Amino acid sequence: MAQATLRHDETGDVPVLGPGHTYGTVTDKISSIVLTEPPRPGWIFGFAVSFVLLLMFLFAVLNLLVRGIGIWGVNVPIGWGFDIVNFVWWIGIGHAGTLISAILLLLRQDWRTSINRFAEAMTLFAVSCAGLYPLLHLGRPWLFYWLLPYPNTMALWPQWRSPLIFDVFAVSTYATVSLLFWYVGLIPDLATLRDRAKSRIGKVIYGFLAMGWRGSARHWHRYRTAYLLLAGLATPLVVSVHTIVALDFTVGIIPGWHTTIFPPYFVAGAIYSGFAMVLTLSIPLRSYYGLKDFITDKHLDNMAKVMLVTGLIVTYGYLMEAFMAWYGGNPYEEFMILKDRPTGPYAHTWWLLLLCNCTIVQLFWFRYFRTHPIWLWVISIVINIGMWLERYVIVVTSLHADFLPSSWGMYHGTIWDYMTYYGSIGLFLTLLFLFIRVLPVISITEMRELVHEVHERGHARGGPAVTPGTAHP
Amino acid sequence: MIDRTRHHPDEPEIAALRSRLEGLTGPQYWRSLEELAATPEFEHYLHREFPEQASEWLDPVGRRRFLQLMGASISLAGISGCVFQPEEAIVPYVRAPEHIVPGRPLFFATAAVHDGFGLGVLAESHMGRPTKLEGNPDHPASLGATDAITQASVLTLYDPDRSQVVTQNGRVSTFDNFLNRLIGLRTELLASKGARLRLLSGSFTSPTLARLMSALFAPELFPDARWHFHDPVGHESSRLGSQRAFGRELATLQHLDKADVVVALDADLFGWGPQKLVHARAWADRREAAASDPTAANRLYVLEPCPTVTGAAADHRLPLPASQIAAFTLALAHALGIQGLPPAPSGSFEALSAIADDLKAHRGRSLVVAGEAQPPEVHALVHAINQSLGNVGQTVTYHEPILVRPAADRAGTLGELVNDMNAGAVDVLVILGANPVYDAPADLRFRDAYQNVPHRIHLGLYLDETAAVSTWHIPEAHPLEAWGDVRSFDGTPTIIQPLIAPLYNGRTAIELISALVEGNPRTPRDLVQETWRSGRESTFDAFWTDALVRGVAGEPAPAVAAELRPLNDLSIPAQSDGLELSLRPDPSVWDGHLANNGWLQELPRPITKLVWDNALQLSVATAARLGLKTGDLVELTANGQTLPRVAILPVPGHADDALTLTLGYGRTEAGRVGTGVGFNAYLVRTTDAPWVVSGVTLRPLGERYELATTQMHFNIPNPNVEAERRGLIRVATLDQFARDPHFASGDHGSPGHGDDQHDAADHNGADHPDESAFRRTRTKGKLGGHHPDDRLILFEYPEPMARRNNGEGNAWGMSINLNTCIGCNACIVACQAENNIPIVGKREVLRGREMHWLRIDRYYASRPGTSPTANPKIHFQPVLCMHCETAPCEVVCPVAATTHSAEGLNEMTYNRCVGTRYCSNNCPYKVRRFNFFTYADHETTSLKLQRNPDVSVRVRGVMEKCTYCVQRISAARIASEIAGEPRVPGNAVVTACQQVCPTRAIVFGNLNDPSADVVRLKADPRDYGLLTELNTRPRTTYLAKLTNPNPAIEA
Repeated sequence: MAQATLRHDETGDVPVLGPGHTYGTVTDKISSIVLTEPPRPGWIFGFAVSFVLLLMFLFAVLNLLVRGIGIWGVNVPIGWGFDIVNFVWWIGIGHAGTLISAILLLLRQDWRTSINRFAEAMTLFAVSCAGLYPLLHLGRPWLFYWLLPYPNTMALWPQWRSPLIFDVFAVSTYATVSLLFWYVGLIPDLATLRDRAKSRIGKVIYGFLAMGWRGSARHWHRYRTAYLLLAGLATPLVVSVHTIVALDFTVGIIPGWHTTIFPPYFVAGAIYSGFAMVLTLSIPLRSYYGLKDFITDKHLDNMAKVMLVTGLIVTYGYLMEAFMAWYGGNPYEEFMILKDRPTGPYAHTWWLLLLCNCTIVQLFWFRYFRTHPIWLWVISIVINIGMWLERYVIVVTSLHADFLPSSWGMYHGTIWDYMTYYGSIGLFLTLLFLFIRVLPVISITEMRELVHEVHERGHARGGPAVTPGTAHP
Repeated sequence: MIDRTRHHPDEPEIAALRSRLEGLTGPQYWRSLEELAATPEFEHYLHREFPEQASEWLDPVGRRRFLQLMGASISLAGISGCVFQPEEAIVPYVRAPEHIVPGRPLFFATAAVHDGFGLGVLAESHMGRPTKLEGNPDHPASLGATDAITQASVLTLYDPDRSQVVTQNGRVSTFDNFLNRLIGLRTELLASKGARLRLLSGSFTSPTLARLMSALFAPELFPDARWHFHDPVGHESSRLGSQRAFGRELATLQHLDKADVVVALDADLFGWGPQKLVHARAWADRREAAASDPTAANRLYVLEPCPTVTGAAADHRLPLPASQIAAFTLALAHALGIQGLPPAPSGSFEALSAIADDLKAHRGRSLVVAGEAQPPEVHALVHAINQSLGNVGQTVTYHEPILVRPAADRAGTLGELVNDMNAGAVDVLVILGANPVYDAPADLRFRDAYQNVPHRIHLGLYLDETAAVSTWHIPEAHPLEAWGDVRSFDGTPTIIQPLIAPLYNGRTAIELISALVEGNPRTPRDLVQETWRSGRESTFDAFWTDALVRGVAGEPAPAVAAELRPLNDLSIPAQSDGLELSLRPDPSVWDGHLANNGWLQELPRPITKLVWDNALQLSVATAARLGLKTGDLVELTANGQTLPRVAILPVPGHADDALTLTLGYGRTEAGRVGTGVGFNAYLVRTTDAPWVVSGVTLRPLGERYELATTQMHFNIPNPNVEAERRGLIRVATLDQFARDPHFASGDHGSPGHGDDQHDAADHNGADHPDESAFRRTRTKGKLGGHHPDDRLILFEYPEPMARRNNGEGNAWGMSINLNTCIGCNACIVACQAENNIPIVGKREVLRGREMHWLRIDRYYASRPGTSPTANPKIHFQPVLCMHCETAPCEVVCPVAATTHSAEGLNEMTYNRCVGTRYCSNNCPYKVRRFNFFTYADHETTSLKLQRNPDVSVRVRGVMEKCTYCVQRISAARIASEIAGEPRVPGNAVVTACQQVCPTRAIVFGNLNDPSADVVRLKADPRDYGLLTELNTRPRTTYLAKLTNPNPAIEA
């Protein structure tokens, strides 16, 4: 195997791939996490904690099903609480994956390569968590299928004007396309794992999942076409899903909900939180598994830039919401946006939200914060919290003081709300830990391509000739 | 069974084989077993499974037969199982009872009894189960309406915690055992002419009980017995007041319909007393008449320590500590120029001269009323005032007493009874329905004295505190279970007829007394009939039928003349210094006997909206001075009595330096609902100070207590300012209304005029702090204005009539008159009874999950230039589903569980609901209610009997809300379809809330019938809708409130 080295870009930019990688080292490095290493103590510990949280989630859900929605803090007037807050939050987090995979693919941003697999998996798991909430939040969850247009003896169809029905389709479509996109992208890597697997079971399972991939030119041709098509299909979904989630609120007439700015700023907020979650997860991951050559500071920098842009869009959304509340002259909206949110009983959530989402992100104007992993990690968590608070402010604060002061009320999450919330994080992390162990967290195929591209680029610039080694199966 | 172990060798086959071998001679060897086995016998033996003589199944189809038999035996085993089945007689109606049509209710005229007085009701009976009480329009105390407590009494009937069995010293016994003992005691007592017999009851008006009481005191029976009266609330002040004023006991009746000016001196006219429904109706009728005829206007002044529904209805409400009412009354009497009185008190009173002038200007058409919580002296003074104003015979009439009392030497008070008991002079005490161990004044120490009585007999609905320490407890029959009779406030008698056989073999007071009188109890029906038969033997049958059908068994008591005695020696109680405590009956649980009624416990108190508790109410300023805030626990000490803990609840409009606590809480033996709820005010009540306790000290305990209210679950800067800015309640004075009749709908030239709650400010052209914000919103031409052109509506429904089927068929609508609504809560309980609405308990209310379909919003409107909490105006607004023509809830339901009917109803399909709660979130009126848990009691059998069979009982996880009583609409629609009418007549449907309303503030009907009352009301210039700028097009609209303030006071 020929050894080759990759140099820094001549522009001085941090490269998207660490130096010295060949096809073989990339493959070895990424697949080793799955196939050769025994579980590391850190993985075991993380998985154990996540699994305990997952068990707590199952317990909370069981209790919910047995006793009823009343174990949560929801009431009249605040009919939605943590359930919908968490739903929107998870859906938002689920946006980064498809955005990174599809849109950046179409835009030919090669830095996406090392994070797309991971981000897509995160998307899937986040959407799984999100999808549970609308089901669980029903008063009678066992009748969730009534929201689907299925033939029934009552000849009843769903009520198509309700945004909740839009939601059913938007979220399920998004989940399906994301899953397909992710799986199609995995096929060549599954073949690599099949070929490198040493155990019989591994060979059979990976072989089954690889769907007979042999790496022929025809396979590659078809694969490329399908992948691009799916990317094209997924792209509008990035915008549509959170737009429709925003419609859940904008269609309502509640002051604080009924505003046209929600769809665009929900989408921006979703990307914002999605990238924050990618950073939150990938920074420890790359450090722990030594993947810094693949997820480089360049990636961190780019993601921070995306967050800065979306953070500014979100801030603009808040500003316009407040401006329209004043300019529109609707006394209910004026009261809600300009009076109750900043000074009412939930004022602390509002100010905290501004701090987390609008203020702290301004640090990303500085390159130091964009490339410093610790700072990035802390800020990304702060933004995740901020985006959760944003949904809390929208859902709870708007509902707690609407039109008739006689009906105003207060909402506080109960222990079961928190257990369900943290439990769903447990579900998310459990899936993520399993994913790290059984599937390549970075696309081997695409990394090999990247090695090739970087090499070509270096070659064109007159650097020393390097020959990337052929990939060993 | 076949026992194979007994298979013996000398059975036939073996024997045959043996004989065969034995029969062989010579050496006949068998070479092998095969050879031997070749014999047919042996072969036969080998092939047989069972021995020859065993009973065998030889049928060729044995397996089937076997299965048949097994199947049959299993079925037979079920029939002849070990459980002994009780014999159940299922008997069809061979001769159907008259009038009973399954599914259709019957109504029976009877009466509910409260504080001794009767309220005529029509009890709704579904297949023999009384499910709801409606007012009897023919009854003078009801006029077709009822109050919240009467509505809730049907729940008491089915209360599973009612006492169900006779107990002797806590052990289960039988009524026969009790009777034997009672007859034995009777014989002993007869010897001493009943000198050691005592009876204790609350005040009563029952003619039958009065007859039996007289019989009991007959010379040959128990002439030396005594009958003691104990009413925790009762009518003592007015009774003694009339004695003081006239030298004899008289019943005083007020006639608000004739009064132009009414001064209520701590008198809760609409909330307390047997006349309250009548007062409310009369006042409201006058008030409403003033909208079209200003000369009909009446004016109500209320002076009271703690806000009541009467104070909220008043044109002028003046907070005054209860102890100062006496001085005020005396000062008022002096201001009216009445001679022969004690000297006028020092000090001046706000608005006194204006009130006096107003009274003087309306001689003969004015009325002064003193409340039951005021001492008899105040009542006497009020008699003098009314007399001097020429009101007697006009707005006040006097009648022979309605309450029954024996001769003075045979009647006694509770205090005298306790003295006798302590002296050991009582052998037998029969307590009829009272619960003195709980509600006797604390200084009497009734419980200790009671233990001195050897034979303590208690008749009561519950195994309460008194029953627990009695030797005998007899379950009492609920008034819906037994025959009886009662008189109303004006003396009109009513026969109480049972709607159902006693659920728990309950007995009535008249049965018990008849057992004492005759040595043998007679049935209540006999006893009542005997009472009413006397004097009309020949016409009795006709009388009886007529009395039962009409619910009225006679005429009211005639008015009598009364001569006032000199009052110059009247001792006016001194005003107390420091804090004083007013004790009041609780608007819901009253004196405590209703504590186990969940509907009442969860009924928001009219002013405070407090549920499941009482609390120490005081003014906001006093609370601030004492450093106390809502929910602080304090220890209350007065007169040497201590209430160890009670929670603080500051109330806007409360008199300063005064406290108010309602009775009826802190029960220890009430039942599963009422035990341990709230704070026991009786602990600080004494015989001398039954209503006003002076010299109160509070000691903060440093602990907190959660009080559950259905409104303002939290502190937001000032919700009332927002309510005002949003124009939810629209009020004008009569003057403003005359100048601008369209003030409420805003159809006038100057926006911001008239509909402002600061009517006084508007009236005088003054400005006030909130005015600017209010105007700013409005002058922008946006949503704040009420002028149709002011309102920015993005989408006006193009053809409003299309929503009403172009005038064809039915279109339902409601009008609620804020001008006459007094916030009495009767509609809430009526709705609860009619629509099977569950209660949720204090914890769920704290979480904001109360289930009432109808709520009464209460808003405070502060006066300009005064502290917002010192004496705000109080407005009520009943809110139920608006049945919006363009309902926001309908579009957002994903499963089409809430839809619009062709008749304009916003319908909720429970079975279709999956419970997303989106509809509730999107309802601007927040009238939807969600079953967060399984709130409805699906288990308790007795409660199932109460349910309205026409309304489904909802399960967990579904939304529910007001249906406009769709079951009543359906019944009317069916009736009109059968009659072939093109539409349901406009006034044919009466909703439960409408039916119960004492002031007829709620009117429902068919908007497509031009003759419907609701059509007329919606055409009224005062008609306005709530939040109509949202283009919800509500079918429920409101009539704005009119007030008639005295210009002399407002100036």
